[in-house]
Amino acid sequence: MSEEKPLTRRWLLLAVGAAFNGIVGVALAVPVVGYLLSPIRKKSAYSQWISLGSLSQFPEGQTRLADFVNPFKKPQDGETAKTPCWVRRLSADKFQVFAINCAHLGCPVRWFPQSELFMCPCHGGVYYANGDRASGPPERGLFTYDYKLVSGELHINAGQMPTLADQAKLVTIDGKGKSPCLG
Amino acid sequence: MSRIKRLYNWFEMRLQLEGPVKDAALHPVPRNTASWWYVFGSAATTLLMLQIVTGILLGLVYVASGSEAWKTLDELNHQLYLGWFLRAMHGWGSNFMVAVVLVHMAQVFTFGAYKFPRELTWILGVFMLLMTLGMAFTGQVLRFDQDAYWGLGIGASIMSRVPVIGGALVDLLLGGPIIGGATLSRFFALHVFVIPGTLLLFTAVHIWMVLKLGINDWPMPGRVVRRNTYLQEYHELSHKDGVPFVPDALWKDLFFSAAILAAVAVCAFVFGPYGPGGQPDPTIIQTAPKPDFFFLWLYAVLSYLPPSLETPFVLIAPVIGICILLALPLVAGEGEKSWHRRPVAILVLVTVAVSWGIFTHLATFTPWSPIMDAWSGDPVPPKLIHDASPLVRQGAVVFQAKQCRNCHAVGGSGGMRGPALDTVAVRLTEDQLIRQVLQGGGNMPAYGKNLSPPEVTALVRFLETLKPDGQPPAIDATHQEQKAQNAAPQQ
Repeated sequence: MSEEKPLTRRWLLLAVGAAFNGIVGVALAVPVVGYLLSPIRKKSAYSQWISLGSLSQFPEGQTRLADFVNPFKKPQDGETAKTPCWVRRLSADKFQVFAINCAHLGCPVRWFPQSELFMCPCHGGVYYANGDRASGPPERGLFTYDYKLVSGELHINAGQMPTLADQAKLVTIDGKGKSPCLG
Repeated sequence: MSRIKRLYNWFEMRLQLEGPVKDAALHPVPRNTASWWYVFGSAATTLLMLQIVTGILLGLVYVASGSEAWKTLDELNHQLYLGWFLRAMHGWGSNFMVAVVLVHMAQVFTFGAYKFPRELTWILGVFMLLMTLGMAFTGQVLRFDQDAYWGLGIGASIMSRVPVIGGALVDLLLGGPIIGGATLSRFFALHVFVIPGTLLLFTAVHIWMVLKLGINDWPMPGRVVRRNTYLQEYHELSHKDGVPFVPDALWKDLFFSAAILAAVAVCAFVFGPYGPGGQPDPTIIQTAPKPDFFFLWLYAVLSYLPPSLETPFVLIAPVIGICILLALPLVAGEGEKSWHRRPVAILVLVTVAVSWGIFTHLATFTPWSPIMDAWSGDPVPPKLIHDASPLVRQGAVVFQAKQCRNCHAVGGSGGMRGPALDTVAVRLTEDQLIRQVLQGGGNMPAYGKNLSPPEVTALVRFLETLKPDGQPPAIDATHQEQKAQNAAPQQ
């Protein structure tokens, strides 16, 4: 720094003026940070029990595609408010409801009843009928929704796009040994 | 004095722009920098202007709402005069801009232009590259179709892998619990206000520095950059053997910019606009989302990484890559500029370019993705089962019906996720085939629970016929030995 300038009244006023701007700016900006962060909510705030419809749509022993309208739907969501999911009915009151999103990168998995596999078109993740990982890049099985049966209807607890962050922790994959014959 | 001259003077007296503009236009540049190699930066700027103009024109019609966006794109494509062409110009302009920016960067790197005193110009340029890619990605989202929807899903899934704050980042990215109207709105704000505003500001500073520091001199082997002598050397170069920027260098920039604009227009006219693809209705799951051209390489990398490496790679590699780019001029700010004396730098550039090309090429035919309708769409070639026994034919039916074909090609069609099976009988014995089918492994699901014993038998009989004529089937050597031993005593 060069030689000190004498602190004149004008410089002092300038400094006070700058500080005044700073205080008003911070007072205005800090609440805006809250506005920007407002989409961040707990998982419970983003899920709700929703009906997938009558149980009779889901024959025992089969896996069927169902969809529901997001409970937090807004008018500007349009068609994207709809979410599909796979419903597997094991017995009269036992179900598994799988998210459509592959546990790898969220692409929509498809069910093949003939081979009883879910296949993902993006990177080739494959899952067994019970949602367990069969092969490919996913590190875990399909995401599932909690369900309950309410007066002849299947209800699931949903509302948020399932990702690795809001679902169970990563599971380590056992027995991923390579066949010696397939190089 | 003519009327025009008087008008000019009236403005000039008030604006006083003549001095600075003349300074900028006539500043001397080293003679050999008036080269065709130096035209990419100005072409990128021209493309940025094109994107702004076409973007504004599209903005007159486009509605950034999850329920309306697709319809307005459709209206632009089919109902408004020249709407399709403006969308095509904007889409192809984006492709060209990313390409020209990358070529510009490669050229600047090859010519050592990031060295003293142009370090900050390079660092700013790295951020401009990131913003250009950001524009390409957010632009793909605004084309609110199936690919955009599921592309956002991929973005969210990548975000969710960040430790601790992953969930919060997903919420911020999506603007709510799901991919929807709120997501599109925030990508619109990014694409139309935040990124282009910053990009324009950065472009202005970038060009300001080029004017103030002078265009990079043509690298000569042996002309070493040193901090204490370079400025003096450059001054001599540009003033003793220099040419004025206008017109000696600028005419090439103008020609190239016009050629690039014409190329964009031709591509737009011939190939038309990008999409929109299917409506962004998540319940239509018969879709195989794919990113736009410049993110195909990432798509390929993500599918080739072993699962355990994926999260660290996706989260750490980009940070390291960007840090290396930013640190480059600070670490290598002095020394040789010529590519003749920088073999490592050139090798790195070539390696990156070739890898990028290979990954992009792979992603154009996605050998890692199952072909979801191969089992029903690609029949078994008739010649394979022409003279086959009923059991073998039944095996071919099982092969198709159980979707094996989605991952395994036969006769050149089918998925490439698993190996093609045209010669499988040469590689695997009957026992190995049965084991592979039942237990899976090597990236194949186990079919043990899904196939009945007769189905397995039929399938394996069919697979055993898959070998080229005249080649013996695979045999189990130990088995043969055993057989020979068992047979020996009887003789």
